[in-house]
Amino acid sequence: MYKGGKIIASLIIFVAFLTFPFFSNMGKANAGPENLQASLSQLQLAGKQCVEPADYMRANHMQLLIKWRNSAVRDGNTVYINSQGKSVDISLQSCLECHSTGAESNPVGMSNPEVSTSDQFCVSCHNYASVKPTCWSCHSGPEGATK
Amino acid sequence: MSINRRQFLRRAGIVTALGLGGSFVVIGAHGKKVDAASEFKPSQQGLVAKHWAMVVDMSKFQTEDDFKRVVDSCVSIHNIPDFGNPKDEIKWIWKDDFEHAFSGGENEYLTEDFKKLPFTIMCNHCENPPCVKACPTGATFKRPDGIVEMDYHRCIGCRFCMGACPFGARSFNYRDPRPFINPASLSPDYPTRTQGVVEKCTFCVERLADGLMPACVEASNGGLIFGDLDDLNSEVRKIISSKFTIRRKAELGTQPSVYYLMGGDDHA
Repeated sequence: MYKGGKIIASLIIFVAFLTFPFFSNMGKANAGPENLQASLSQLQLAGKQCVEPADYMRANHMQLLIKWRNSAVRDGNTVYINSQGKSVDISLQSCLECHSTGAESNPVGMSNPEVSTSDQFCVSCHNYASVKPTCWSCHSGPEGATK
Repeated sequence: MSINRRQFLRRAGIVTALGLGGSFVVIGAHGKKVDAASEFKPSQQGLVAKHWAMVVDMSKFQTEDDFKRVVDSCVSIHNIPDFGNPKDEIKWIWKDDFEHAFSGGENEYLTEDFKKLPFTIMCNHCENPPCVKACPTGATFKRPDGIVEMDYHRCIGCRFCMGACPFGARSFNYRDPRPFINPASLSPDYPTRTQGVVEKCTFCVERLADGLMPACVEASNGGLIFGDLDDLNSEVRKIISSKFTIRRKAELGTQPSVYYLMGGDDHA
């Protein structure tokens, strides 16, 4: 190959450059929030449950929050009756009663040591998933919720 | 090695079918349960009415403090920012004189005293709200109980509603309001707004849902009377049907729900 050495060397440098982010983040970015599972099982032990079962909340909390918002703001229905017949006040404060670091059910908080800068429940997961909801730019959240 | 057109089409078809079929399987396996067996209800202690309306008893607004007390109660509860200049001012409830509040309908040769008469001004929660017609996103809307409400989530900041409102009852956040809210009176129960969002008086819908009267009504010592205009026995209805009241720019046909009771010292 004409100038084969240079071509191959350049190719190796190019590929190394291209894959640099993958290698430099290997093992780090995948570290999910710590204490998440511990906190959830702590809640279960205390006989507590989120607004709906945890599986449902994990998959659908965003749709549920949008329904809550439309119901409370537009229809004036400020009470949510969940699938077990329990009533919950439609407010982000209802979420924060449990999902706030320092709350009774969540004393230690949780964080992702590699990517998160906050130990708050919402933020630690959202940072991990690189989701940036704008809830706290208007609603008053717990300290550190906007990090 | 080469394939003919027939073979190519056949293989492409097979791959497409596999891809589509596979994606159905994956989506089906992870199908999201969006609907839980749940429902939404209004709160039990909430106040309800068919047509909320307000009467402003002018006789109860004499001193500067009468106005200030009412305005301040609203400012602290709703996290209203103070930008410190009149161009950016955010107003939910405020004081203005007769000449500016009632322009258009007055007699030409009113006495100077009368023109300077101070009035408490807020959103009129019109029966035919022009702001609602102008809003392209449905961010402002009329509730069945007559309250013209704002859904800040949907506001795109086009300010058509501000142009449409003949009462100047709407204010725009030209800047991020959070740094301009007095931290001492920051109320965590009510959201702040962001830059690019219009806001106005909402007759305290969030307090009505909790069974409380609007903040200004509580702070007014009887100067503001709030109730159901469609209820024959309500105080507002009794006052409006028996005393002399005026409304701002009634000639425009928007049917304001805020009535100003003139010289009504002897009511309830």
